[in-house]
Amino acid sequence: MASNQTVISVRDLVVGFGEATVLDHANLDVFEGEILGFVGGSGAGKSVLMRTIIGLFPKRNGTIEVFGTDLASLNEPQRRSIERRWGVLFQQGALFSSLTALQNVQFPIREYLDLSPRLLDEIALAKLEMVGLDADVGGKYPAELSGGMIKRVALARALALDPEIVFLDEPTSGLDPISAAAFDELIHTLQRTLGLSVFMVTHDLDSLHAVCDRIAVLFEGRVIAAGPIEAMLASEHPWLKSYFRGKRGRPRPSLN
Amino acid sequence: MSGSLLTGTADGDRVALAVAGTWTADRAAELERMVDETAQRYEDARTVEIDLGRLERLDTFGAWLIERLKRDFAARGSTPHIIGLSDTDRALMEEVRLVNRSREEGSASSNRILVALDGIGRAMAEIGWSLILMAHLLGALTMVVLGTIAHPSRLRLTSIVHHLERVGWRAVPVVLLSTFLIGGIIAQQGIFHFRAFGAEVYVVDMVGILVLREVGVLLVCVMVAGRSGSAYTAELGAMKMREEVDALRTMGFDPVEVLVLPRIVALVVAVPMLTFLGSMAALYGAGLVCWLYGGMTPDIFLSRLREAIWLPTFAVGMIKAPFMALVIGLVACVEGFEVDGSATSLGLKTTASVVKSIFLVIVLDGFFAMFFAAIGM
Repeated sequence: MASNQTVISVRDLVVGFGEATVLDHANLDVFEGEILGFVGGSGAGKSVLMRTIIGLFPKRNGTIEVFGTDLASLNEPQRRSIERRWGVLFQQGALFSSLTALQNVQFPIREYLDLSPRLLDEIALAKLEMVGLDADVGGKYPAELSGGMIKRVALARALALDPEIVFLDEPTSGLDPISAAAFDELIHTLQRTLGLSVFMVTHDLDSLHAVCDRIAVLFEGRVIAAGPIEAMLASEHPWLKSYFRGKRGRPRPSLN
Repeated sequence: MSGSLLTGTADGDRVALAVAGTWTADRAAELERMVDETAQRYEDARTVEIDLGRLERLDTFGAWLIERLKRDFAARGSTPHIIGLSDTDRALMEEVRLVNRSREEGSASSNRILVALDGIGRAMAEIGWSLILMAHLLGALTMVVLGTIAHPSRLRLTSIVHHLERVGWRAVPVVLLSTFLIGGIIAQQGIFHFRAFGAEVYVVDMVGILVLREVGVLLVCVMVAGRSGSAYTAELGAMKMREEVDALRTMGFDPVEVLVLPRIVALVVAVPMLTFLGSMAALYGAGLVCWLYGGMTPDIFLSRLREAIWLPTFAVGMIKAPFMALVIGLVACVEGFEVDGSATSLGLKTTASVVKSIFLVIVLDGFFAMFFAAIGM
């Protein structure tokens, strides 16, 4: 399924805040059509890398190429057209609290496309149903939704414009194992249906086993390993050993 | 150009539709028009064949529009078929086949008068509700105060001092400056107009009574409501949103005791002090203007002032101050606890807090005016 075409290519990325250097010459590739699981210790800078790619944090050095274009070389309209081709699911959902679920999904569509109200409603409802929500969730405000529903609405919003890349920041954190497994499956299904490339920051070993084609590991500011789960399990690096083969990391049957 | 995206050929009551090119989000508006036109043009067709063989790219938008085309034909009694579906698009077409099945009824067009009446009714109910909540909080506060009197060690002195610094001490400069200016302005206007009757000396009476009885305390209350009441509402609202209030409750703390009491005590202590300072600053401003603009020396101003006011004039203003502070504090805390999850509601409640407390302060002032008139003060 995954091709050899890179959609994201990060080279020698250095990111820091004040005195601290969080990412120190990190390199990373995401291939077209794959689900990349991105792991690392708490505070290792996983979210920082993701946020730097999508442009929320400034970088000190290095290049970030998305769809083969260096993001630093783009002007504002070109950058916007690239941003249109990715969707982001934030850890807490980051739904707009003053809009209903349906309006949240419509928000990016309304901004970029000029659609009739009917089609706008239909598409937004379709997205909500594709992430497994009932149509009546559409009229509710984020404050009235459960944690799992918020994540689904946020995913629907991330998918609103049919992006080619989706960034997921700990999509299953805060969900119970059943919901988390369902969410993993949903991501997998949508990835196949829509042909997405998925960049997933996660701590969930089950997710890594179940849906990730490849796993990249961030340790001390660098990506120290990237490869399928088998390679991770076989690795002799002490941190990888304790992460994947520690008490909570025992191999378990994959979901599919 | 658009013709090549969707072409139809009719053969009796059989219609063959050929879908080609890119059916993606960027062209969704154009595609929707074409889909609707096509469904209309061939509405008599018995059998419809939708050929996706020459489709180059498809996303959810395009897939949904093809599905909608299919449903439009099905709703008109014809039998649509999809042929030439590629393997890559099959999953997506399957997915959209399941969506938008339960179309909710469009909201009935509502009568404008009814909407207006509905709004008024809700506003009235909300006013009643907020009065009930205020009474509720006042009751809870009274219980906490009684409990604190019984066990003085439960009084959170540090918290009170902290809030006293914020709402009292730090408010002094702005209160002094504005009341000083207002006092000067009232005196200037008085001198200007009274001069026509040669009654400039009475400006001192006017300024003295007005400032000490009404303007000093009202001005301070308006400023405190805008400065501290809004801050209280926003703080408590944000704490409520982030479940901090619930956390307090589960640890066995009474939010009224921990959050509300220190804030309201601080206000009740601070507002009379600010009122006193504000009134003095206003009189000072008035005296200065009388001297520089009206040519009345400070000696004359002071002796005239001494004749014009007596202790109750001053007392009336000071007695009102703590009650108004209580109203401001209660409204601010009630509105703060009414905030629900959304950022909008935090903004709405903060606005409501300031508007309601200023309004209630003025209403209370009216009642005090009647009361003091009745007892001859």
